[in-house]
Amino acid sequence: MTGIYLIGGFSLSVLIFLNRNKFINYLLVIAFLFLQIGFTIYEYLHIDETELNYFSADSLGILLLATLTIISIPAMYHSYVYLGSKQDNPRHTAIYFGAMVALLTAISAAYLSNHIAVTWIFVELTTLSASALIYHRRNNRSLEGTWKYVFVCAISITLVFIGILFLSFTLQQAGTDDLSFSNLLKNATGLNVFWLRLAFIFIFTGFTAKFGLVPMYTAGIDAKDKAPSPAGALMSSVLMNVGFVGIFRFYTIVSRTSIHSWANHVILIAAILSIFVATVYMTKMKNIKRMFAYSSIEHAGIVMLGLVAGGVGYYAAVLHIIIHAFIKSSLFFQQGQIYRIYKSKSIYDVGNYFKYNLTGSVVMLVAFFFATAMPPSGLFISEFMIFRSLFDASYLWLLIIVMLLLTVIIWAFAKNIFKLLFSPPVGFNEEGIERISPAESLSQFILLGLSVYLGLNPPQEFVTLIQESIKNLPH
Amino acid sequence: MTNALLIIFTITLLYLGIAHRLLTYIKILAFQGILLFGIAFISLIEINALNLAFVLLETIIFKTIAIPLFLNYIIQRNRITRDAEPYLPNFISLIIITLIIISTFLLSNEIADSRISKIYFVVALSTLFAGLYIIVTRKKIITHVMGYLVIENGVFILSLAVGNEMPMLVNLGILLDIFASVFILGIFVNRIGDILKDVDVDQLKSLRD
Repeated sequence: MTGIYLIGGFSLSVLIFLNRNKFINYLLVIAFLFLQIGFTIYEYLHIDETELNYFSADSLGILLLATLTIISIPAMYHSYVYLGSKQDNPRHTAIYFGAMVALLTAISAAYLSNHIAVTWIFVELTTLSASALIYHRRNNRSLEGTWKYVFVCAISITLVFIGILFLSFTLQQAGTDDLSFSNLLKNATGLNVFWLRLAFIFIFTGFTAKFGLVPMYTAGIDAKDKAPSPAGALMSSVLMNVGFVGIFRFYTIVSRTSIHSWANHVILIAAILSIFVATVYMTKMKNIKRMFAYSSIEHAGIVMLGLVAGGVGYYAAVLHIIIHAFIKSSLFFQQGQIYRIYKSKSIYDVGNYFKYNLTGSVVMLVAFFFATAMPPSGLFISEFMIFRSLFDASYLWLLIIVMLLLTVIIWAFAKNIFKLLFSPPVGFNEEGIERISPAESLSQFILLGLSVYLGLNPPQEFVTLIQESIKNLPH
Repeated sequence: MTNALLIIFTITLLYLGIAHRLLTYIKILAFQGILLFGIAFISLIEINALNLAFVLLETIIFKTIAIPLFLNYIIQRNRITRDAEPYLPNFISLIIITLIIISTFLLSNEIADSRISKIYFVVALSTLFAGLYIIVTRKKIITHVMGYLVIENGVFILSLAVGNEMPMLVNLGILLDIFASVFILGIFVNRIGDILKDVDVDQLKSLRD
């Protein structure tokens, strides 16, 4: 099935790219969505089976694949709305949808691959397809965003490759040359510590470009800002999760070795710096979309803190990354509507959103509360568990610092959102603004509702899947 | 013999630090391609002939001929001025690259592994950091691309160190090399040259916080 899916996904992408008729393109996109749903269900029913040697659907892969499938449907719908409202030329529409289908296929394959080199190849493919999405508007600024994204991702993908080379050095010593995750896990104790440390530093740094942590987070911010909002939603949810998968799977191997606590320190520094950077930038941020992007950096930092703390933190980290994907994608979808009304992303040009789009404002308000992890948001549950695990692991000072930073973030986030919702806009011409149908906000309500459901009352299968995916970590 | 070639390769890094003109950079890249051809030819004797031919063709055709010609074409087409415009004086660059080489040398003393040849490790890591240094301290975007190509050469040397046991990794490195270079240069020639007339990083500063 994986083979069929990969061939199907990439050939649909090529077909969409070559075809210039809008109607046929929409049919092809719908066909892809059915393929995606069918694939997800198939993999869930055939859990832990290996296909084509390099792909096996383990629990973490299934969870993230299901998340991707759920988000991909509204992403395609909002892309349809976005492109329909702009009278784009058919070629640009075709490139956009082709790139999006290729991106989703590459991400799914990266989730499921059980071999570090195969993961690496698909992460490289995501860079290629994402850059076509970022460049969609074809102006100077989107060119700048694309160039920075491509360049930083090219360097970080090279760093991951160097990490894989170091890993192969140490594997030779252990007397094997198979780079699959299961084999690495089996031989973890025999790996040379010196090479493993170098490998960890390089692979971790490389994947931070996708996951959005210090030091390589910068390119992602520009990319999420410049990409059309449905593409931005994918990049700050499911594409981030690709980076998480890379780091998580390698961290699982490292956690079996003697450098576990050293690796924890490395991750801890990156996580704290990420939250700090997000705080600093969010307090002075005037661009709504960039503010959402920085909020993703903050959540990535919190997830990493969960990994460092261990215990219940492992469970919470996986839960957090899934719920964050739902909430952050709905914020980005909603941002598309704001831009259509005000024709601006700057906080100075927007205001009184309740007057112009009531349903959208409710989504914005609820999503703001959820993204800052206030109850009943699912993020509240996972963040609470992460804080508890930090407390248990006696990182008390760290916990206090993180909580202070988070308070500042909530204040900064609230300042901008309340300006958007309640203060009157300056010099805004009300004539001829677009009426936005409330139906367009339905998908956001569903995603937000899902985040509450999964946080407060998770179904038993969901809990089992998360517990299965962290079973290789030390307890 | 490989040792001699690797040492010459390290010397080209020092020369890269003090080079003034873009044309010199291109020549150094082409020369590094020839050196890599020699190193690959000598060190990869154990892998099968077809794979070896592929690796050798990549170094000689892609790294030595195609990329330098392409860079030259871009420079002429976009009328990029010939000076490399470093932020720091060349003398300081020379010292810093020397320091990079010395520190990787010291780091390599940590290796307690008889199977990995240390010289590959030293040359590869110093190439990597020298490439990063070039990217950070040069003003033009085209020199950033050249710095990236230098990094790729470093990665190639590193992959040769395990080339005989895991030829797959060498092939993957080549894949990265071709894919990323074509992609980055493709964007450059098609888009940046058309939209931005004076191509240096000052033009790419509108996205900021």
